[in-house]
Amino acid sequence: MNDQEGNNPERSGAGSGTEYNPPEGELAKVKRGLRSLTGGWRNCDTTGMPVCLDSQFFIRWNAIFAVIFLLIGGIAAILLALTRWETFNLLRTDLFYRVLTLHGLNMLIFWILFFEVAILYFASTTLLNAKLFSRKVGWVSFVLMVVGALMVNWIIFAGEADVLKTSYLPLLAHPAFYLGIILVAVGTLVAVFNFFATVYVARRDRTYEGSVPLVTFGAIAAAIIAVVTLLHGAVAMIPTFTYSMGWTGEPDPLWYRLVWWGLGHQSQQVNVAAMVAVWYMVATLTTGAKPLNETVCRGAFVLYILFINVASAHHLLVEPGMSSTWKIWNTSYVMYLAVLASMVHGFTVPASVEVSMRAKGHVAGIFGWLTAAPWRNPAFSAVVLSLVIFGFIGGITGVTLGTQQINIIAHNTLRIPGHFHATVVGGTTLAFMGLAYYVVPLFFRRDFLWRPLARIQPWIFAGGITLMSFGMSFAGSMGVARRTSDIAPAEEAYGPVVHFFLAMLGIGGVLAVLGLLLFVVLVVATILFGPSNAGRPMKCWGKPAELGANAKATHGRSGDHYTPGTIVLVGIFLAAFVVYYFANWSALADVWPVR
Amino acid sequence: MNKETKKPALQRLMDNPWLLLVLGVLIPVISYTMWGWIEITRIPPSPY
Repeated sequence: MNDQEGNNPERSGAGSGTEYNPPEGELAKVKRGLRSLTGGWRNCDTTGMPVCLDSQFFIRWNAIFAVIFLLIGGIAAILLALTRWETFNLLRTDLFYRVLTLHGLNMLIFWILFFEVAILYFASTTLLNAKLFSRKVGWVSFVLMVVGALMVNWIIFAGEADVLKTSYLPLLAHPAFYLGIILVAVGTLVAVFNFFATVYVARRDRTYEGSVPLVTFGAIAAAIIAVVTLLHGAVAMIPTFTYSMGWTGEPDPLWYRLVWWGLGHQSQQVNVAAMVAVWYMVATLTTGAKPLNETVCRGAFVLYILFINVASAHHLLVEPGMSSTWKIWNTSYVMYLAVLASMVHGFTVPASVEVSMRAKGHVAGIFGWLTAAPWRNPAFSAVVLSLVIFGFIGGITGVTLGTQQINIIAHNTLRIPGHFHATVVGGTTLAFMGLAYYVVPLFFRRDFLWRPLARIQPWIFAGGITLMSFGMSFAGSMGVARRTSDIAPAEEAYGPVVHFFLAMLGIGGVLAVLGLLLFVVLVVATILFGPSNAGRPMKCWGKPAELGANAKATHGRSGDHYTPGTIVLVGIFLAAFVVYYFANWSALADVWPVR
Repeated sequence: MNKETKKPALQRLMDNPWLLLVLGVLIPVISYTMWGWIEITRIPPSPY
């Protein structure tokens, strides 16, 4: 579905599989035509796809609140960056914890969950040619989430919840803090119910044929992981809330950490599944790419569903109360199946783009397809940067730090936020920003203002996050702790070089926040003042040229599975992985020599 | 034999979101949560 060609995603990479998914049949076409004549629907002027107006309403409002919470978290981020940058050391200690709590909740929970709910509604209605199961249920979910998120923000601003996002017991916040999180969790669960009910009704009513589209399948994976996540959140937060009210005794702190990380880490696995679904969708929207093999891609999502959630055990690798068997089983043997899934997606997404570009005639050399890609399209550049940052920085560091032995030299240092800012921010947030360059024109029906700025926004944000992540990782490797602005021990051991890397963190953080603010300004200004595209296709961001058959004959090969460029990129990735992994074992041997 | 029954087992699994939901909840709850919970309950109380 190229944004100008108006093809249907069910025919493309975002659509149904090839083996059991025939092209859209006459029945679905008739249903679509009938729905366009009835209330509650409109046909997208760009894609021709049906848009359920109830779904559109909640997509819009969830996206709006997502951006509001992104803005709050971003403002907190710049204060934190200017605190960890020792030249400024901006916030005093109590404010540092308050702002860090604010940043964590808004960035890792609220921005992400609101945007993911919007994705769930889109994937279950427009892509399935279906109507949202219930507008009332949508309202219940939305109100619970908004009230809960506002309650949490209010109590943090009031200074009654300086407990960080993890809120480890015996630290105790105001009851409103826990109640707010419970409301957000329940509201999200209600949205997930609405999503599954919509999928069920669509299947029952045969609004689509064959398997669900791949993007919807990715959304199903995200929703299943979300169920596990939110159940853990309820189990951890409800007794903590009753304890904060004085109604029950204090939950065991280790039990709390175990169950809380079932919320804290698994919520980031929801992000991973949703982000990968966005990768596939944007690859299709921008280059017309189709997955190389739908069964393999879906199989990789199944590995996520079954095995990615156990990765929460990473956070308990230095807990003396947990056995090595439990730790190694959950962080190595089982979790590596989910890592395999990420590596499958990391290959198939760029490979599908390469195949699509070569089919258009961009066959010169190994990387001719890559240089001719639509880099002026901010959605494309955002997703490519997201994939690179997620894989090369977040993925490699994550697997390495998740190794029990290596974790002992990295736990609670800045290396950990150096890792997860590359996955959650450089990966997920950047991918969601990329998708927004289509969500706003297609669902708010307004073309973006200041398009040259939009084209450079992903680069500014990605550059900042990369710089910040490197600064965190190197400072952390020198022993600079996370969750505190005190660097005295590391400074004593390593001297001025620690300041160099903390300055890198600060400069990167400022740059990333500037990219974030630019994104917020672009989205808000466009929604309020952008030119309407109702009745016509959205303004194209730019698409790759079609060079035709002569170019293919002159320059090289193309084919369904001819991807030499991606193979070379994967080789570079694996080499980087080996070098980083070896360097960490070497560092461990230096710290803990066995002779 | 109809078309539905000709599908491979993996394809049928992927086309069944409800089975995926059950498996997706059970595996981490057993492997991570319940196993971890049992280990915590077996930690002896501090003598001090």
